[in-house]
Amino acid sequence: MNRQILCTAAALLMIAPLVTRAQNPSTLFIQNATILTVTHGNIEHGSILIRDGKIAAVGSDLKAPDGATMIDATGQFVMPGIIDCHSHIAIDGSVNEAGPAVSSMANIADVLNPDDIDIYRDLAGGVTSANILHGSANPIGGQTVVIKLRWGKPASELPFQGALPGIKFALGENPKHSNFPTPPGVTPRYPGTRLGVEEVIRQAFIEAREYKKQWDDYNQRKSAGEQNLIPPRRDVHLDPLVEVMEGKRYVHAHCYRADEILMLIRVANEFGFKVRTFQHVLEGYKIADEIAASGAGGSTFSDWWAYKMEAFDAIPYNAALMADRGVIVSVNSDDAQEARQLNQEAAKSMKFGGLSANDALKLITLNPAIQLGIDARAGSIDVGKDADLAIYNHDPLSVYAVVQKTLIDGQVYFDRQRDIAERATLAAEKQSLLDKERKAAEAQKAEEKKPDDNSEKKPDKKSSQKKKPPQAASFTGNASASENAATGVAGGAR
Amino acid sequence: MYVRSRRLNSLLLVAVCAAALVGWVCTARGEGGEPRYFAIKNARIVTVSGAVIENGTVVIAKGLIESVGTNVTVPAEAWVIDGTGLTVYPGLIDAGTNLGLTQDDDAKKRGAGPAASGPEDRPGTSPWRVAADELKTDDKRIESWRNAGFTTALAVPEGGILPGQATVIDLAGERAGDYVVRPRAAVPVSFKPVGGFFGFPDSLMGTIGYVRQVLDDTAWYAQAEPIYQANPTKTERIPYDRTEYILNRALQNNEIVLLPANNTIQILRALRLADEWKIRAVLYGGQQGYEVASALVASKIPVLVSLKWPERAKDGDPEAEQTLRELRFRDRAPGTPAALAKGGVKFGLYSGGLATPKDIFKNLKKATDAGLPQDAALRALTLDAADILGLSDRLGSIAPGKIANLTITDGDIFNEKTRVKHVFVDGRWFVIHEEAPPEKPGEKKSGDDDDGASAAHSQQVEGVGR
Repeated sequence: MNRQILCTAAALLMIAPLVTRAQNPSTLFIQNATILTVTHGNIEHGSILIRDGKIAAVGSDLKAPDGATMIDATGQFVMPGIIDCHSHIAIDGSVNEAGPAVSSMANIADVLNPDDIDIYRDLAGGVTSANILHGSANPIGGQTVVIKLRWGKPASELPFQGALPGIKFALGENPKHSNFPTPPGVTPRYPGTRLGVEEVIRQAFIEAREYKKQWDDYNQRKSAGEQNLIPPRRDVHLDPLVEVMEGKRYVHAHCYRADEILMLIRVANEFGFKVRTFQHVLEGYKIADEIAASGAGGSTFSDWWAYKMEAFDAIPYNAALMADRGVIVSVNSDDAQEARQLNQEAAKSMKFGGLSANDALKLITLNPAIQLGIDARAGSIDVGKDADLAIYNHDPLSVYAVVQKTLIDGQVYFDRQRDIAERATLAAEKQSLLDKERKAAEAQKAEEKKPDDNSEKKPDKKSSQKKKPPQAASFTGNASASENAATGVAGGAR
Repeated sequence: MYVRSRRLNSLLLVAVCAAALVGWVCTARGEGGEPRYFAIKNARIVTVSGAVIENGTVVIAKGLIESVGTNVTVPAEAWVIDGTGLTVYPGLIDAGTNLGLTQDDDAKKRGAGPAASGPEDRPGTSPWRVAADELKTDDKRIESWRNAGFTTALAVPEGGILPGQATVIDLAGERAGDYVVRPRAAVPVSFKPVGGFFGFPDSLMGTIGYVRQVLDDTAWYAQAEPIYQANPTKTERIPYDRTEYILNRALQNNEIVLLPANNTIQILRALRLADEWKIRAVLYGGQQGYEVASALVASKIPVLVSLKWPERAKDGDPEAEQTLRELRFRDRAPGTPAALAKGGVKFGLYSGGLATPKDIFKNLKKATDAGLPQDAALRALTLDAADILGLSDRLGSIAPGKIANLTITDGDIFNEKTRVKHVFVDGRWFVIHEEAPPEKPGEKKSGDDDDGASAAHSQQVEGVGR
């Protein structure tokens, strides 16, 4: 089910990176806030000292150093920046490489789109980091990357440095294309059953194991001094699977049903790797002990269910029940719009399952940080961690809470007041550009109407063809924006 | 030959008279009809590689520029063109077109074979196809480009991820082979997915992954093949793969690889990939280069900038929301050449699908209006383009030894009122005539309904004395 909701109001004004680029103060002091540290309780009238992008001190009796940039947060709440463990924002082109059933040669890191407006919108929802995943069209999908939402920075500066890369797996209806009927004349793709999904994953790892052996043999013989050896071919789709077996790459597995989750745990055991997170994991509550024992985390929705057959047994108590049994649980968005209210999604687990406020906050901060292996750097307000923070006007678990500022590495990347102040300027710029274009078009029309200029008037086959803005480079203007268009049918589907 | 006498201008008469007085013409004609020696005298010569020469002479001999300057010896056999009031430029280079290549259906079909299931099926990959082998010299646009002063073009095959190899052509010749300056000049790459429904690759990231695999395979072949050939009795035979074989040869020959990169994201990505893939990359598109000129400067990677500036879709929904980012892009794109010139990025310019040379000059004017100095624009259209294509030893400027590609105008080439009067391509002389006045509106001109119909027509001069 695709829950892409277009927020037209927000689309009216696409805010360009330049104007929101954060300044770079080396010392920042947030004072008089209610600080939700997540790891060591809440601090009333507290302050946070930030130096060089890191949290240098937290407490209620701090004094601002001279020259520090001050943020007065009187009456406001500071929480760790939200971490979205399942996101498809900031991707240039299709979210799925849906051709082959194993698309591990596709790498999200190659196609990060720093201009995606959803980065800015998610910042406005307090999100500071996100796990950018390939879609769920294939049993083994593409390589994934954790980013910080550094709006305005180039793609190369988005990745969360030091975070292990991941790979997307998918079980159930999406990889077997249940909900996307194959059109007539197209051979249905294998696999078409859950059995087939398991077989595809096993087969890929059998190949990867053999591939690794070939390379190990080659390297051994080479270092033994053997001459004239032809190396194995490098295989870009098996390399990441070898990394999975070597523990250098996390598996994030899209799944719903208990049986398929248990299946993947068995397959992982067979090949000696661990699943890092089960994503969606809507029936996780049924097998929470097994998931906990496998060492995997669970990243689920708050209260979405019944949107397809395999989601019928989902319940909103899932997060709380799994957490009860010792699973590290996060609540994710899987959706650019929902990512803007993850605070409320987390709060739902207080009603459904009775989590404490602090445990609810963990679902979107410390727990996803643990799942992504970045908890030494993010997920709580502790000295030494990155100053990735969200400042709300109310308790973030309240429906009245609105983000005022979002900081990453101690830099303000979203500031509600600044955003509001800039709207008129940007709207005026936009209007003047529109006017300029209209005038140019009118001038051209007038020129074309001149009766003495026959050659201009002649209908031209090329120009009457459908023209799109040439976002993509081309030598003949034929390659249009389609290079960037999403083509995957199962794009980002749950 | 056919020259309407009323159109014979005085220059031509001078040339004819000069020719008639020299017995050599008969010999030249006797050897094949075409005169091979020319001298353009008393002209303003914009050499591009050196200073502008006032009242200078360019001597052309057998397709090459023999000498240029104010004090040069004109061979007795040369046809003399009085260049008084004329300006001589190096022939212009369109650094990316499909001139001379089959358009529409064939190109589209290329690479659209049965759905591939993985890289091993080599989807959209035919690097063995060379534009030189597929040239259609009856492409009417060749003449219209030439009449506008373009003497050279990079003909780029399209359709697929690795559709073939691009050819540098001069825009004149009797048969296709005469046009070809360098048949295997560049390997164009497209990241446009070709997979269609459930075929590989159907995403941008899959396409990039695919190109990475193909380059890895090629590198493997380059390493494995010599080992096998040296040890055929001790090593298992390696399978033959046409793509690996051809690409290896192209890369060994140091051919440039053209990477698509129009907007900022694509440009920065292409710079990263060029670095990772260790290829001699040239970016094409480049229209948002104004945002990332410094990164391009640092990379030292040249850019071919498309002159087909982004426009609002003409048949688009008039109510469709325009983002500020798109509006800014459309407004600022023509400022890219200026930004690149200022930063010192080497760049060429290409028509990129513009239908007529008139459109090229119209869009070029947008670039100069946006701050591109005219001398930089001229370099981009001549010597810098030649340099990027690895042919600056023979194209792009007026200097002894260069191919005799010249564009001779009655004024500054960037002035809208200026007309091209003569064009030399490989020492072949074309006199450019003005178009006849337009016929009555509604009255269709016969035989002139092709794409890119020229606003001028040319007549190659051969055996004028006949």
